[in-house]
Amino acid sequence: MNIPEDRRYSKTHEWVKLEGDVATVGISDFAQESLGDVVYVELPESGRQVAAGEAVAVIESVKTASDVYAPLAGEVVEVNESLADEPELVNGDPYGGGWLFRLRVSRPAEFESLLDASAYAKVIEEEE
Amino acid sequence: MKKTPLYDEHLRLGGKVVEFAGWALPVQYTSITKEHLAVREAAGLFDVSHMGEFFVRGKEALEFLRWVALNDAARLKVGRAQYSMLPNDKGGVVDDIYVYRLSEGEYLMVVNAANVSKDWKHLGKLAQGFDVDLVNASDDWALLALQGPRAAETLQVFIDVELSSKRKNSTFTAEFAGLPVRLARTGYTGEDGFEIFCAPEDSSRIWRSLIDAGVTPAGLGARDTLRLEAGFPLYGHELRDDTNPKCTHLSWVIKNKPYYGREAIDAGSCRQRLVGLLLERGIPREGYTVFAEDKEIGMVSSGTQSPVLKRGIALAWLDSPHAEPGEEVMVEIRSRLYPAKVVKTPFVELAKK
Repeated sequence: MNIPEDRRYSKTHEWVKLEGDVATVGISDFAQESLGDVVYVELPESGRQVAAGEAVAVIESVKTASDVYAPLAGEVVEVNESLADEPELVNGDPYGGGWLFRLRVSRPAEFESLLDASAYAKVIEEEE
Repeated sequence: MKKTPLYDEHLRLGGKVVEFAGWALPVQYTSITKEHLAVREAAGLFDVSHMGEFFVRGKEALEFLRWVALNDAARLKVGRAQYSMLPNDKGGVVDDIYVYRLSEGEYLMVVNAANVSKDWKHLGKLAQGFDVDLVNASDDWALLALQGPRAAETLQVFIDVELSSKRKNSTFTAEFAGLPVRLARTGYTGEDGFEIFCAPEDSSRIWRSLIDAGVTPAGLGARDTLRLEAGFPLYGHELRDDTNPKCTHLSWVIKNKPYYGREAIDAGSCRQRLVGLLLERGIPREGYTVFAEDKEIGMVSSGTQSPVLKRGIALAWLDSPHAEPGEEVMVEIRSRLYPAKVVKTPFVELAKK
């Protein structure tokens, strides 16, 4: 299972990469693998204020619909428009082209309270 | 969880194993979409060994089947099979089944895995008073389903019987590379294909031969999307103990003859009917509410994104006035309403064989 160390993770399988006060959010390789073929992604609107832990996006695979939670509080500043035509990017490139949305985070320091790669690896182990 | 005789094959092929009706079975090997399209375009192989098999034998085997099932087994010549249902006495369905006539007085009934013990009890009770011998052979057989437009040509290489002479719903014994099998030209995908009954100990050899011949292994996920595109019901979703089969597009199985529970089915009224829904946008799922204007008119019983159409499709129970093809309705998906049209099933064009 691929878990890059250049970012942090939530227990609900989102990853977060922080640059300045802007956090890019996607779902982990483990999450995309569990969901199977992604066929539709419903993204939040830019400008929306979200709380940490709030359901902000939905990923639909052939099998099921799954909520994506905001790992940090902030304002949605950008969403990945290419997922409208290529939702399968979430499967093929979960840590790159399959990113979901960007947040301008209210308290960047909270990034440190998220799981690092090794802590997230343990979360996965428990679920498997 | 029970394991089918092909469990190790699923692991060897990287199948993602999940629990289904008490059985450990692969939901997918690589991707539901890929496996689905392989069945529509070439050939796919499913392990359906979890399904139940009952033999019905004896002097009154036919009379018994005519009494317990909606379709009329009297129409079956030796070597032919039919879709049918077991009614209860409350106007509902105990299970939907396939009945095969193996020889003069011998029938095979294939039932849903989730219903094996329920069906067995139900049939046992009804068998009193009939000169009939019921055998639950569910654990004695492995069952493989080879489905898709290339199923016949792929299977022919291994089989000593000319398959082109066997029509849909035929069943016959044969040898698969020397191993004794029973074949049936039946399936649950809407494609041409064969179901292969064999001894559990032979199943891996047959499975591997077909995989090595280029057939795509396909899991429960694709089985579900394929049957849904074909408009086939899944027991526990479209059909239940309290759904009247005459209110579905499968009402053709009900033949005009005496049968157990007929009064209740005759007396039932179709407040709702089972229909197909096709969406422009949005993916309907089981349990989603269907509206017409502001009024709740029904519920989705199964839904998915069709891998062939790349659009949302569903089977749904709708209030009868809205259950006509062409009706415009709305499906509620995460608090938003998405337009849907009532359509005839199958959702995709299927092979006619």
